Amino acid sequence: MMKEIRVHARAGQGAITTATILANAAFEDGKYALSFPTFGAARMGAPMNAFVRIGNTPIRVRSQIYKPDYVLVQDPTLMKGYDVVAGLKPDGLAVINTGKKPSELGLKTEARVVTINAARIAKQIMGRADRVNTALIGAFIAITGELSLESLERAIKSRFSGKAAESNWKALIEAYNEVKNRGNGA
Amino acid sequence: MIDKKSGSNSDIQILDGNRAAAIGAKLSRVQVIAAYPITPQTPVTEALSEFVERGELDAQYIAVESEHSALAVCTSASIAGARAFTATSSHGLAYMHEMLHWAAGTRLPLVLACVNRAIGAPWNVLNDQQDSISQRDTGWIQIYARNNQEILDSVIQAYKIAETVYVPVMICYDGYILSHTEMPVAIPLQQDVDRFLPQYRPHTILDSSNPKNYNLVTLANPRINAEGVLCHGYMELRYLLQEALQNSRETIRKVGQEFGELFGRSYTDLLWKEKMEDADIVIVAMGSLAMEAIVASKMLREEGYKTGVLGLRLFRPFPKADVLKALSKSRLVVIFDKNISYGSEGAVCSEIKAALYGSQVNAAIRNFIVGLGGRDVTAREMADAVKKSIASLTEGVPNKGYPEWICHI
Repeated sequence: MMKEIRVHARAGQGAITTATILANAAFEDGKYALSFPTFGAARMGAPMNAFVRIGNTPIRVRSQIYKPDYVLVQDPTLMKGYDVVAGLKPDGLAVINTGKKPSELGLKTEARVVTINAARIAKQIMGRADRVNTALIGAFIAITGELSLESLERAIKSRFSGKAAESNWKALIEAYNEVKNRGNGA
Repeated sequence: MIDKKSGSNSDIQILDGNRAAAIGAKLSRVQVIAAYPITPQTPVTEALSEFVERGELDAQYIAVESEHSALAVCTSASIAGARAFTATSSHGLAYMHEMLHWAAGTRLPLVLACVNRAIGAPWNVLNDQQDSISQRDTGWIQIYARNNQEILDSVIQAYKIAETVYVPVMICYDGYILSHTEMPVAIPLQQDVDRFLPQYRPHTILDSSNPKNYNLVTLANPRINAEGVLCHGYMELRYLLQEALQNSRETIRKVGQEFGELFGRSYTDLLWKEKMEDADIVIVAMGSLAMEAIVASKMLREEGYKTGVLGLRLFRPFPKADVLKALSKSRLVVIFDKNISYGSEGAVCSEIKAALYGSQVNAAIRNFIVGLGGRDVTAREMADAVKKSIASLTEGVPNKGYPEWICHI
């Protein structure tokens, strides 16, 4: 069964990197993967998306993603003016980088919403609150288990090198553990 | 699941289409690269200049001020005996137009990656195939890829084809939809590619120690030169270029077969066929759309229609006989074009109609213009267009003779 992921961010916040890491980890897990950004001329700070498809058979769909299984929101300010959960499947999941509780967000979706303060984790570990992508992946994996931690570690360490690889991996694990420790309610 | 073990003689990586093209050129051991950056082709030039800078590729990367110059440099390098490569998109390809004719007329084995993008006005950086279709009559072989693996494999095969038939080859792939989309690609080993594609040995080299003239003013009729040899006139040379393209189909097939034997991915067929055995309704598309069409066809099969997909790998020379054979059982052919020949119809549609003319195949033909300037084309839309076409058959709506557009007008 193919799974479709949509990442919401602003250009420059590393959403393409998020998609690349997810695709590479899926590939490490022995799955087929397709990842691509919003097509067009992006400018720094402009709202954009990155997309990932993961499947057990070769992926032939080339069009954009309209009904995602999962939504990852890297920048909470995008929830103003943008329907980040548009088309999200009712049995899907939205993972949002914010300090707020899901109930405070007022998102119009039947899907499950999980929040993680990825900015705090990123600030703590990397000294920069905008490097949220790996923490967000950690929270996503803690709930869904779509990808193995081993493959994610390999994907992160091939994408980054040295200190950046270590700190990104640490941020992912930190968020993963935080969500796991919350128990079922997340 | 991906069987990584089957790739024991290759390394599977997640690559975007531009990187796949650059790696294809690198594995082909190109000796001269001249290219001018343009969206969405730019990452190809960046990757190749990195390979050269890091010493991974022994080639001269020549920075130029325009696409016209890029192809002029490649043309000159090829005349001097080098294996040359360039890549471009859209306005860049349009700007190369004159040199495209020169390269083909000079019968040079160049390879060009065309990252398909719409052409202005108005400005648009997104995908359609108007750019390469506009260069249809320049005498280049045109191959279209459906995924990033086909891009890499086709660049390597292109050199072997070009250096056999002495016709330049354009490898076309959809901007963004392939160029900026990452997917698994098996990268062959250099030693295997070397075995498949030996060093380029040109039949003639422009050499200062043995001066020659190329491309003199050629008159209308054959003429005896100063050495008493009867030389072709312009028209004979044009005939030979046409004949080279006509005959290249067999070379393209043979090279594709040989590639398959070595690398396990066969390109013997000039067409991609999906569920064509019993199909009476056939969807025809070119490039990444030919992949989306498979998804559309699957939807239609689930609804009880006997659909199949004919993906065009080769547009020039057009594989007429193959198309005719593949469509022999069809009742309805629905063609999706990402281009428009203004005042007529989609370029692929015209070719299909021409291929069927005078044959026993009396299929109804419908043409849809889709995806211009990056307009997304979904499998559902394609399936609905096919269903609409089926309905119009039974309702007796005559063939309109002009295409329908999937857009908001």
